[in-house]
Amino acid sequence: MSQTPATSSKPAAWRTTVVRVTGGVEFWTIPVAILLAFIVGGVLMVVAGVNPFDAYAALVNGAFGTTQHVADTLIEATPLALIGVGIALCFRGGIFNVGAEGQFLLGGMAAALVGQALGTAPSIVTLLGMAIAAMIAGAAWAGIAALLKVYLGASETLTTIMLTYVATYLVSYLLNGPAKDPASPLAQTAPLTSSGLLPALLPGTTLHVGIILAVVVAIAAHLFLRRRVGGFQLIATGLNPVAARSAGLPVRRIFISVFLASGALAGLAGMVQVAGVQGKMIVNLSPGYGYTAIVVALLGRSSPLGALFAALFFGALSAGGASMETSVGVPASLVTIVQYLTVLLVIAYTAFRTLRRPSRTAEGEE
Amino acid sequence: MDILNWIVSASGEGFFSATMRLAVPLLLAAIGAIYAERAGAINVGLEGMMLSSALSAALVASSTGSTTTGLLAGVVTGVGVAALLAIFTVLLPADPVVVGISLNLLAVGGTSFIFRVAVGQAGTTSTTPVIEASPIPGLDQIPILGPLLFDQSYLVYIALLGVVVTWLVLKYTGWGLLIRSAGEHPAAVDSLGLSVNRTRFLALLVSGGFAGLGGAFLSLVASNQFVENMTAGRGYIAMAILILGQRSPWGVLIASLIFGAGDAFQLRAQLDNTGIPFQFLLMIPYVLTIVTLAVFGRKLIDPAALGKHFRRGHR
Repeated sequence: MSQTPATSSKPAAWRTTVVRVTGGVEFWTIPVAILLAFIVGGVLMVVAGVNPFDAYAALVNGAFGTTQHVADTLIEATPLALIGVGIALCFRGGIFNVGAEGQFLLGGMAAALVGQALGTAPSIVTLLGMAIAAMIAGAAWAGIAALLKVYLGASETLTTIMLTYVATYLVSYLLNGPAKDPASPLAQTAPLTSSGLLPALLPGTTLHVGIILAVVVAIAAHLFLRRRVGGFQLIATGLNPVAARSAGLPVRRIFISVFLASGALAGLAGMVQVAGVQGKMIVNLSPGYGYTAIVVALLGRSSPLGALFAALFFGALSAGGASMETSVGVPASLVTIVQYLTVLLVIAYTAFRTLRRPSRTAEGEE
Repeated sequence: MDILNWIVSASGEGFFSATMRLAVPLLLAAIGAIYAERAGAINVGLEGMMLSSALSAALVASSTGSTTTGLLAGVVTGVGVAALLAIFTVLLPADPVVVGISLNLLAVGGTSFIFRVAVGQAGTTSTTPVIEASPIPGLDQIPILGPLLFDQSYLVYIALLGVVVTWLVLKYTGWGLLIRSAGEHPAAVDSLGLSVNRTRFLALLVSGGFAGLGGAFLSLVASNQFVENMTAGRGYIAMAILILGQRSPWGVLIASLIFGAGDAFQLRAQLDNTGIPFQFLLMIPYVLTIVTLAVFGRKLIDPAALGKHFRRGHR
């Protein structure tokens, strides 16, 4: 593990592999992997004594059955897409941001605090202030890992995970202490005023405008990678940092920038969740969005638009999984199993194909 | 002055005993990972192996009533998860970090699912039999060293034995040489007609077995139950310990004792009501890990072929 940053002067094997693993797979493998993962999930349900067809029917109904359920799917997809796009950008640059969960939580916390402070301002001012604060908080938290990686060679996979634990306790402290709503017995902030709430998108449902933000961010990231010099530099750095440095690219600055961008997007997702769904900051703001978003980025083959579609799919699974748990009694963690199995199957197939290809560079080495 | 007095008083016998108890799961996982990393195989799956083993050990121990069977189940589970990782990263050229993290996250969902199906939605309160301390008469009376080393459960003695054995194996046996060669110069191993990938596969399985012991320790010794996500990042902390301990058995022992002491210190501070919010005390092990990575991240020389997939006839 430590070798990743320690040898940041030469391309760590995994960097190039991530790009290849997630970029080189034929599209048909993804539906096949999903199908296989669902079959394994079905077998698990049989073992648990549940009829898998009932359970999957409940899942589909929970994801798409009514307008509100479709709204639930989109609401669940929103944070996954925002965070997933950021992680995908990191992957493109050869960075593995495993700590989006903590960046997300701190973003939500900062948004709630600013939302309270600006509670009487016009809505647009309050929301903008919340978004900016959340992005700064998320970026700052990611920035710690970025600086430790670039200047001290600390593995970002480990530091980001550790920073997530620290962030979780920090938020727990704030919500039980200084930021706690004195009127509530729960560890949460006071509710935001209406100017701190995201406007509704679809009357009659709880859908908020966050999903539009997610789509805009994904498209912007896509255009950035395709059309801007910075995007090209990012991809070049991810494919081969040594070559990129030899070509005069500011590799360190690129690493730090993409890390900050990813943290800012995770923080923004926290703001969207606070302002669009909860109306306040709560301890359990995230059911693991930051981690699921890693799989979203992987399944989306590290492309922003791919991550957007993967987020929609996983959003449907999450929304459906929740209703599956209540109506059929299957633990919602089954959905997590299906999600990670899908991505592991895609990785396995891609690796298998790499092995069979008689290429001298198949191992991702120099 | 108060703080100083408190530190002196907190460093009593309970402190040293707790230090060892908190260090051992980390030590076990890190000791095993020495085999894997010295052989050139990165094991990012420690967290998932420990978590899966903590669950299987608890379930088997509570259904059979035997902690030994539970312990064995933990080891088997750790080896099983390690085999999965080895298939992906040794047999197949998949990325060890991505697969390791994915397996860890799969383990979070998987253990939660199995636990809820096995125990019911109720939650975390199925208690398991506990492995009690078996003090070594006479030696347990020595100040500091007594509670630290000789008044512990037998799993602690196994862990300490593991340090010595690992040191001997790596330094003085043919297999140890094979492991180190597979990590430093796989082509040389291959040219002798020995299998790099079989060596790495086995080393990962050993690593899984040790991580399994560490996971079982959590649910059978350190507590009497399985709690969802109870490893709380210990698998990742063990990877930092590996770095701090420079992948040497003795170094890893010292490093895990430092982390154990940090954890014991914060637990003690929570009990003694020092006025510091408990959340900040709980951060200590994680902050310690970050500091370790920042200070030692670049100082350690990795095995030359660490993390590089080996394929015959390909350079």
